[in-house]
Amino acid sequence: MSSVAFERVTVEAGGRRIVDGVSFTVEPGAWVSLLGPNGAGKTTLLRVLAGLRRFTGSVRLAGRELAELGRREAARQIALVPQTPVAPPAMSVGDYVLLGRTPHMGVLAREGAGDRAAAGDALVRLELAPLSERTLASLSGGELQRAVIARALAQSAPVLLLDEPTTALDIGHQQQVLELVDELRRADGLTVLAAMHDLTLAAQYGDRIILVDGGRVLAEGDAGDVLTEQRIASLYGATVRVVHGDGAPAVVPVRR
Amino acid sequence: MTNTVEERAAVELVAPRRVTPPWAIGAVAALVGAFLAGVLVGPVDIGIGDIARSALARVPFLDYETPLSPAEDAIVWELRLPRVALGALVGAMLAVAGASYQGVFRNPLADPYLLGVAAGAGLGATIAISYGPIGADGFLLPLAAFVGATVAVIGAYVVGRSLGGERTTATLILAGVTVAAFLTAMQTFVQQQNADTLDEVYAWLLGGLSTAGWREVGLVAPYVLLSSLLLLLHRRTLDVLAVGDDEARSLGLDVTRLRLVLVGAATLGTAAAVSVSGLIGFVGIVVPHIVRLAVSPSFRVILPLSTALGAAFLVLADVFARTALAPAELPIGVVTAFVGAPFFAVVLRTTRNVP
Repeated sequence: MSSVAFERVTVEAGGRRIVDGVSFTVEPGAWVSLLGPNGAGKTTLLRVLAGLRRFTGSVRLAGRELAELGRREAARQIALVPQTPVAPPAMSVGDYVLLGRTPHMGVLAREGAGDRAAAGDALVRLELAPLSERTLASLSGGELQRAVIARALAQSAPVLLLDEPTTALDIGHQQQVLELVDELRRADGLTVLAAMHDLTLAAQYGDRIILVDGGRVLAEGDAGDVLTEQRIASLYGATVRVVHGDGAPAVVPVRR
Repeated sequence: MTNTVEERAAVELVAPRRVTPPWAIGAVAALVGAFLAGVLVGPVDIGIGDIARSALARVPFLDYETPLSPAEDAIVWELRLPRVALGALVGAMLAVAGASYQGVFRNPLADPYLLGVAAGAGLGATIAISYGPIGADGFLLPLAAFVGATVAVIGAYVVGRSLGGERTTATLILAGVTVAAFLTAMQTFVQQQNADTLDEVYAWLLGGLSTAGWREVGLVAPYVLLSSLLLLLHRRTLDVLAVGDDEARSLGLDVTRLRLVLVGAATLGTAAAVSVSGLIGFVGIVVPHIVRLAVSPSFRVILPLSTALGAAFLVLADVFARTALAPAELPIGVVTAFVGAPFFAVVLRTTRNVP
């Protein structure tokens, strides 16, 4: 299990601060959801952790500075499920999941039995084993999202980053994917940091919510404390009712 | 333990792509067939048995008499064989470089021509022929072609980045076309300015293996072997690059450095090949696409098969080029374009949705 710690992280793009002095911690084995309107900086924060964005400040992974890990070592620690993955249409599902083993191999090496076992295991756990010879182009949206998560799982990294993992899915597949991630997290002790759009799903699946806007952390804590009607109104310009049932709060849009 | 049983099953679910034995045998057969055609076909009829015996006669300490007359011996060993060898080297290089460019830039249209590599090499070679101390012969030519090709690639990259950032590959191709047009204009200027070397430059530009001798083979072989070996070793990496720069980085690859190494190797090899054979188009597109469509989209299959089939294709194209209008000779670039251009149109139609 690995903890993640952001400390006064700032990212500039085109002279503008798109992330502005953000600090937060994700405990080992926790699931933290990043929430906020479009352009709030959620994706940028994930990209910082995935090593795809220059930043100032400090990001530590299990106590070690991210900048001191090499690219390959970082990829063994952190797996990213991007918002819109590039899926080579003619590539088979099995080949695609096998790509997840890249950080564990030399640039010129060939996959060993351990790599094949890890990829095969990921296929089985995401119920993709019967599809392993299918091309990515032939998959449905839900199947493709599972293939991307399987690739990340094959990476055997203790930290899993999800960038809006359910945006393209229907409600059933949204639940299926998030349940699968939660099972994997519990079984393997993964630390999950997810950028989410759906407030209710974020409340149901995250241990904790971090609300960001304009590149800053606005609020942080339990879903029940963070997701208030006034806050959602001022942040998203949306009229909602927050319904507290017998579990996590549900955010219901209301017509003005 | 049931765990090990499950693990064994999981291992068997995925296997890295590789060239399967039937395809490997087919590719070798094509190469051998092209090789035999290249050695056997010609105005002077020399049987395969006699050629084999003359080969044995060249093995030291065997005391074997060659059945060939001195003239026939020279035709086989000094004309046809070096020509076949050079065609194979150039064809293999153009095909493997084309496949690599397509992988690195994630663009099915990328080839030495569209990126301006060939135009740059052409300019370098023309300058070397026109102003160089030793003219078209000599070891200066591959070097000058390589310098020109490198200038073209850097130019395309710089222009492409200034157009649309580093992430789009379409802008890179557009930039390559722009750079190629500019370099071709410069090349034409230098060519026309130096009337005394015009014939030489023009013959070179049309492309051909007619001047091939063992010297030329020795000249390009090191570059071609080194470049294609380097590219072949990176075949799995090219598959990883297919998921785009960001995801390849998040999988731990140093994408910028890899791109530099792969483009550098492909450019060096292409420039060396082009410097002896002249400009030969379409091999870099036709051959990798046949393999991609017919066998597998994985570069672990495309690269090795393209190397073998590229060699076979160019050797056969050369046989056609020197026999179709015999005793006159067609420029080999005309033959490859004649086959390549219509084929390219077909590829465009069938792979519209497959980048």
